[in-house]
Amino acid sequence: MCGEAGATVQNEVRDRLKSGAVISYGGVLSIMALAIVFLFVVGLCIGPVLIPLNHVVDSLFATDNAPFTVIMQEIRLPRAILGGVVGASLGLSGAALQGLLRNPLAEPGLIGASSSAALGAVIALYYGFSTLSPLALPVFAIVGAVLSILALFALTGRDPGVMSIILAGVALTSLTGALISIAINMSPDPHSALEIVFWMMGSLSDRSMQHVILALPFTVIGWAMMMSCGRALDALTLGEETAASLGISLSRLRFRLIVGTAFAVGAGVAVAGSIGFVGLVVPHLLRPLVGYRPSRLLMASALGGAVLLLAADVGVRLLPVDPEFKLGVLTSVVGAPFFLALVLKTRHRTL
Amino acid sequence: MSLVHPAHNEAPVIKGFSVRNLTVARGDRVILDGINLDLDRSGVIGLIGPNGAGKTTLLKAMMGFLPVRGGSVCFDGKPIAAWERTALACRIGYMAQGAPCFWPMTVERVVGLGRTPHLRRFGRMVACDADAVSCALEATGVAHLRTRSVLDLSGGERVRVMLARALAGCPETLLADEPVAALDPHYQLQVMQVLKKSTANGRTVVVVLHDLTLAARFCDRLVLLHDGQVAAMGAPEAVLTPEILEAAYDVTVHVGRHGNGLYVLPWDVSGPKMRAAV
Repeated sequence: MCGEAGATVQNEVRDRLKSGAVISYGGVLSIMALAIVFLFVVGLCIGPVLIPLNHVVDSLFATDNAPFTVIMQEIRLPRAILGGVVGASLGLSGAALQGLLRNPLAEPGLIGASSSAALGAVIALYYGFSTLSPLALPVFAIVGAVLSILALFALTGRDPGVMSIILAGVALTSLTGALISIAINMSPDPHSALEIVFWMMGSLSDRSMQHVILALPFTVIGWAMMMSCGRALDALTLGEETAASLGISLSRLRFRLIVGTAFAVGAGVAVAGSIGFVGLVVPHLLRPLVGYRPSRLLMASALGGAVLLLAADVGVRLLPVDPEFKLGVLTSVVGAPFFLALVLKTRHRTL
Repeated sequence: MSLVHPAHNEAPVIKGFSVRNLTVARGDRVILDGINLDLDRSGVIGLIGPNGAGKTTLLKAMMGFLPVRGGSVCFDGKPIAAWERTALACRIGYMAQGAPCFWPMTVERVVGLGRTPHLRRFGRMVACDADAVSCALEATGVAHLRTRSVLDLSGGERVRVMLARALAGCPETLLADEPVAALDPHYQLQVMQVLKKSTANGRTVVVVLHDLTLAARFCDRLVLLHDGQVAAMGAPEAVLTPEILEAAYDVTVHVGRHGNGLYVLPWDVSGPKMRAAV
């Protein structure tokens, strides 16, 4: 009797969770927006030098050369902005790719887009294109990301299963990893090799406003392209043919998502290195809260990605390790076990 | 004075689908071989034929999902490819085989997706969209499931939800690919009844069927495909004869009457398939 009642309650809770009735869409977005503001301010305050909250606003808008002003305007502010922007790109592209492939395991890092963007950036650094124009780095990274997603489609076909995505992603990641290793292997001096290695780990420290200005235009274009796909992604829930019968152009949808992801992820990798698993974890956690609707997951995951990366960036500064943990290392340490759990869960469902 | 156009004017536009000499091939294999079909009247049209006859391919080619090797598919006299996508989606509904759904969305949301072509760009659902969704939920008898997740439903419930999704778009023509294939007799009859009823106000429903008795009872016209060609077409009584069915399916059948309905009972294998097996 008691068990029966318990099961009923459990079913009800599950139904409510599945319909997203526990918390409204607006509620989810508001909570996340508040969290972003909070973590942004915390990110401005903490670091090797603690800037008290009452000095934050002053030093943000001051025009003097006081230490607080310099730290705030040239170190902390770009770092916080990039944290939010790159996090949003990763969360959004994760949600977009998962919607496109109809698979919860798709993520820019896992399918090789991040590492291919990194390869593009390494090529720009290695051959000195980045000294010719500051635009070379993001452009090369974006081209790398586009090529990898096209390669993924070529390897997996139109209606890819979980295994083929993971295998193709592993293949692409190892290939680009090998090519990056060649670059490190051949690098003329140990210093530049170390530079590539550290940069690959992903970090937001020592970034300037110039990095923000470099990444932002590409990122915003990528965001806009992905955000415009909401309704088409909802329709795609019913499969490609049904979506087409509802008036969705699949070729235009794929183009917008692939190029959008490549722009946002490529620009992010160009300024922050590769940061994995944000695009996997965030959409997965938020999906039940938006009633499993791919369209609503886009905005929610963008905000959620910003929350997660800002929090992680505060985390690396608070951890009592010296030298500071790289941001990408922290997200991988947390994200990889999460990914393993997700693979197990998916395997149970398909068996 | 006659209102009829003079003879030198264009031929009158055929309403609905008109398929002319349609040929579809995959590699060297010809799947559809010169199909001609006019779906200019309302009612339920059953598309029957043995496995591999090209039934699903015909529906997909009519929807414009497949490259066509020869011939044409027109809707209201205009080639399918020339139509504006959403305009066509407002008028033609499609139910894919197996009722696919990849995320555990609620029944109401899934049925709401049927309104997609009717929404304005970046617009939300308005009152008439919600009405269409409610009507479709009622018509298919799944209104009580509206807050349930589609992936938790039984096969019969899920097919009815997908049927509601297709009906919510209020299409003039509905193409349904084996909607009753995986259902028990109760749900088979129920889904066919819903399809039949939905043709009352002028809708044309094309439904792929394997059950010949359902085809006999619920269809106004039948199209029998065999080896990529139309082997027979017409009223159920004309198509469902032992001779025609044996030629197409390689089975002997018993055709009988119950009340004023026809039933078809496949009884034994015959013809080249059986000889090959023995």
